[in-house]
Amino acid sequence: MTIAFIILAVITVAGTAAAMGMRNAVHCVLALTVGFAGVAAIYLQLDAQFVGLTQIMVYVGAVAILAVFAIMMTHSPSPTKPPTYSSYWLMGSIVAAAVFAVLAWAVVSSGAHTQSLPSEPTVSVQQIGDALMHRFVLPLEIMGLLLTAALIGAVVIAMDHNEEIK
Amino acid sequence: MNSLQSYLLLSSLLFSIGLAGALTRRNAILVLIGIELMLNAANLNFIAFWRFGPAPAALTGVMFAIFSISVAAAEAAVGLAIILAAYRHSKTTDLDQMNSLKG
Repeated sequence: MTIAFIILAVITVAGTAAAMGMRNAVHCVLALTVGFAGVAAIYLQLDAQFVGLTQIMVYVGAVAILAVFAIMMTHSPSPTKPPTYSSYWLMGSIVAAAVFAVLAWAVVSSGAHTQSLPSEPTVSVQQIGDALMHRFVLPLEIMGLLLTAALIGAVVIAMDHNEEIK
Repeated sequence: MNSLQSYLLLSSLLFSIGLAGALTRRNAILVLIGIELMLNAANLNFIAFWRFGPAPAALTGVMFAIFSISVAAAEAAVGLAIILAAYRHSKTTDLDQMNSLKG
């Protein structure tokens, strides 16, 4: 393992663990951006530049901002602070730890460590565009339809229906 | 020398952190963020298998990751809109108090 991978993995795991563990929801999202940026850096390290930059734009740029807006719009100043964790937190943690144990056991016993890193692939953005426009053009169109439907649906769901009646 | 194993272990750790968050947090927005983390772990697997796979020139893993990121973005937008609508209705995002489907 290289030093760069260890540093990036520590940053990613620390950011995401802080995002799932801190009390203040806005702090959680700020820690989450660190975790997402760490994942993007790991993509860059794996020579997937386009996916890494997409990750930065979509997750760090859009999803985190959307989550911050949602947290600010649903913030209720209550005198009694509600507990951060649900009443089933012990069971949830045990299930998550068990899932990690099973996954780690499967990965370690799979013999994936014998796989050596192939030579660096030369992937240009032009190749990705060609693939999107030829081989993957149908999924691309369906994705455009899905994003349009999701955008319109999100606006309709989040709209305040009481204001129309007034 | 990085092996495929280290990336897979990192992604299973990310998945477990997201699962723990989704199962234990009370705030609905943070549960949604936990689900996003699990999707991110899956994307990391796609990219790692693409990079270590026999035919990286086919770009299949990259395409999978790009489409998965798009679906995750649509899911986040709709999920947050649903949380906003539920908050407007029940004045809380606390999942332990949201226990009624009937308005």
